[in-house]
Amino acid sequence: MSAFLTQEVPLSWYLLLSAALFSLGVVGFLIKRNLITVFMSIELMLNGVNLSFVTFAHQWHAVKGQIFVFFVMMVAAAEAAVGLAIIIAVFRARATLAVDRIDLMKL
Amino acid sequence: MSASFNHLWLIPLLPFAGFLINGILGRGLPKWLVTTVALLSPLAAFGLVANAALGFFGVIPAANPLTFTEICPLAWINIPALHVDFSFVLDQLSLVMLLIVTGVGFLIHVYSVGYMGDDEGYARYFSYLNLFLFFMTVLVLAGNALLMFVGWEGVGLASYLLIGFYFNKNSAADAGKKAFIVNRIGDFGFLIAMFLLVANFGTLTFAEIATKLGMDPGWQGGVVTVIALCLMLGAAGKSAQLPLYIWLPDAMEGPTPVSALIHAATMVTAGVYMVARTHVIFDHSPFALSVVAIVGAATAIFAATIALVQNDIKRVLAYSTISQLGYMFLGCGVAAYSAAIFHLMTHAFFKALLFLAAGSVIHSLGGEQDLRKMGGLWKKLPFTFAVTTVGVLAITGIPPFAGFFSKDAILYAAFLQGPNGRVLYYVGLFTALLTSFYMFRLWYLAFWGSSRSEDLHPHESPWSMRVPLVILALLSICGGWVGIDRAVGWINMERFSGFLAPVVGAQAVAGSSEEIELALSSLAVGLALLGWLGAHLLYGEESTFPARMANAFSGGYKLLVNKYFVDEFYGATVVKPLLGFSKYILGWVVDVGILGGVAWLLGGIAMLTGAILQRWQSGNLRSYAAWLAAGAAVVLIFMLASFPIIHHMYILRWGH
Repeated sequence: MSAFLTQEVPLSWYLLLSAALFSLGVVGFLIKRNLITVFMSIELMLNGVNLSFVTFAHQWHAVKGQIFVFFVMMVAAAEAAVGLAIIIAVFRARATLAVDRIDLMKL
Repeated sequence: MSASFNHLWLIPLLPFAGFLINGILGRGLPKWLVTTVALLSPLAAFGLVANAALGFFGVIPAANPLTFTEICPLAWINIPALHVDFSFVLDQLSLVMLLIVTGVGFLIHVYSVGYMGDDEGYARYFSYLNLFLFFMTVLVLAGNALLMFVGWEGVGLASYLLIGFYFNKNSAADAGKKAFIVNRIGDFGFLIAMFLLVANFGTLTFAEIATKLGMDPGWQGGVVTVIALCLMLGAAGKSAQLPLYIWLPDAMEGPTPVSALIHAATMVTAGVYMVARTHVIFDHSPFALSVVAIVGAATAIFAATIALVQNDIKRVLAYSTISQLGYMFLGCGVAAYSAAIFHLMTHAFFKALLFLAAGSVIHSLGGEQDLRKMGGLWKKLPFTFAVTTVGVLAITGIPPFAGFFSKDAILYAAFLQGPNGRVLYYVGLFTALLTSFYMFRLWYLAFWGSSRSEDLHPHESPWSMRVPLVILALLSICGGWVGIDRAVGWINMERFSGFLAPVVGAQAVAGSSEEIELALSSLAVGLALLGWLGAHLLYGEESTFPARMANAFSGGYKLLVNKYFVDEFYGATVVKPLLGFSKYILGWVVDVGILGGVAWLLGGIAMLTGAILQRWQSGNLRSYAAWLAAGAAVVLIFMLASFPIIHHMYILRWGH
């Protein structure tokens, strides 16, 4: 076994991956026009955060972070159900999913 | 003394109950019930006063003061600097005044039943009248200046309500306002006087003020003069003296019984009563006393000259009231308080009589008040003619009618005041001549000659109006006799002044003698007869002489007809500048400019900020998200930059 395999992955690598996932989510949220893609970007951000929770939970041997991840996943699932329902309703009403054109509430 | 004095508080409260019943329920009650309530409450109050009076007279001769003080167990104001009670005081002075107020007041209530019988506001009228009696009795009974002030303001309110009784008539509403506003000027003086009293004596109770003034002879002039002059300002406002008399002639817009009760017999004499009540203060300030005397004498002659040429029957009487009030102040000013109160009493009788008789004339002529349209009424209204004659003889001072005794008492007291008083005496004497002239002018114009108007169909008044007239006529004849105590020196009013002396002090009699008294009274009667003769020559029969006189002295005549242009003068010097100041400086500059400007400025800033910040709220979801991300980034950068500090804190907290 090489040292590479036995050695633990350093903490910072997890955090960098987490930050990368989160940033991808942010950028996707900001620049994408399709509502479904925007929605998926949000899921990406959530999962980036989840990763950092798990990382720190492992680091500090604390189970709280793991539990929190379950909460987030549960909320994300609920959000997905509601959000997708809204998206279908919007599509039926407007025949488009471009966020720029769903602007009824705008001043 | 006796148990009958334990219910002083009932005297004001009875009319107040009448006010509440008629004021709240009056519109729904049948008329006979309104009348019953309205008449019973002053009658019951008069009964209580009369009962008290019997108690007083029962213990005469009373050189010792008889004072019954009733204090409500609950203090009104109780702070370290000041203690004020709800205290009622019944002594000789307030007793005389109460007899007048409730007695004459009741008679005028009775008269009003006939006079106001057809009026829509019947219940409203009587509720106001009862309200007036409530406040007037509070004013008279008050044992301290503050409670008196409550009554003082209250009668002003009642006066305002009754002057403006026909409120849909503009002139009446304006007259009410004028009376109220002019009275405020006087009230200001009263208030300042009270502040000074509290500051210097620490009390507002009349008895305590008198004690404190009496203990220290150092109280002379100075602040006492200021207090006295402020009180005099208040009295001048309420009692229509120069320079605040202007509201009283206009107050004749009210119903005639109101003019009789409030603006002739009782309320306007409140100023005289107040000066007599606080006479201790005036006694300590010779200067203030002379001001009172001069104001009184000046007002007397001033108003009398205006009355010479007025053509409205009520206005003649109004100016005559002002003139007679001037006499009373002249009496106060020469420290003859009992003479002033005596004249107050007789004046209440004969002036109420004259006003009610004038009301009877006006009523029978269907509202006509212009003397030039009357004439020859003695045949058609013999009863009214008879009582008016009594009133005229009483006011002109023909013996043995009431006015003779009281007026001569004042003039005599002025005469005894040395050379300065002598001048005031001559002014008063000349005023008596004028009084006689204008009263007989009224008499001749209204009742003699031939009718000058075809379309008037006079008819005599109902009984409810005649009975009070008869009683007042009797009082106008006999009312002065209480002043007689000897067969010869009958203008010496020792009996009346002796009754009041415990309260207001004995009158100075230095240098008096029966010969002087007789000479002076003969002179006064002679002048009254001379005035009668003059009026007879000018107005006794149809003649163009008065008109030719008016033409010959057109300047003076115009001056008098226009009442010396005092209203115009006040309008130009006080009202106009005040209105201009209010409108342009306060209205435009302060209100619109400064206050409005600040409001607009604040609103403008908010709107401008909103307009700028509004752009932030684009409604674009992604721009919000971008701001959110940017904010998060800023927070993150801040945290990273401050990491050493956080690390340091971590070490401190956890140790590694």
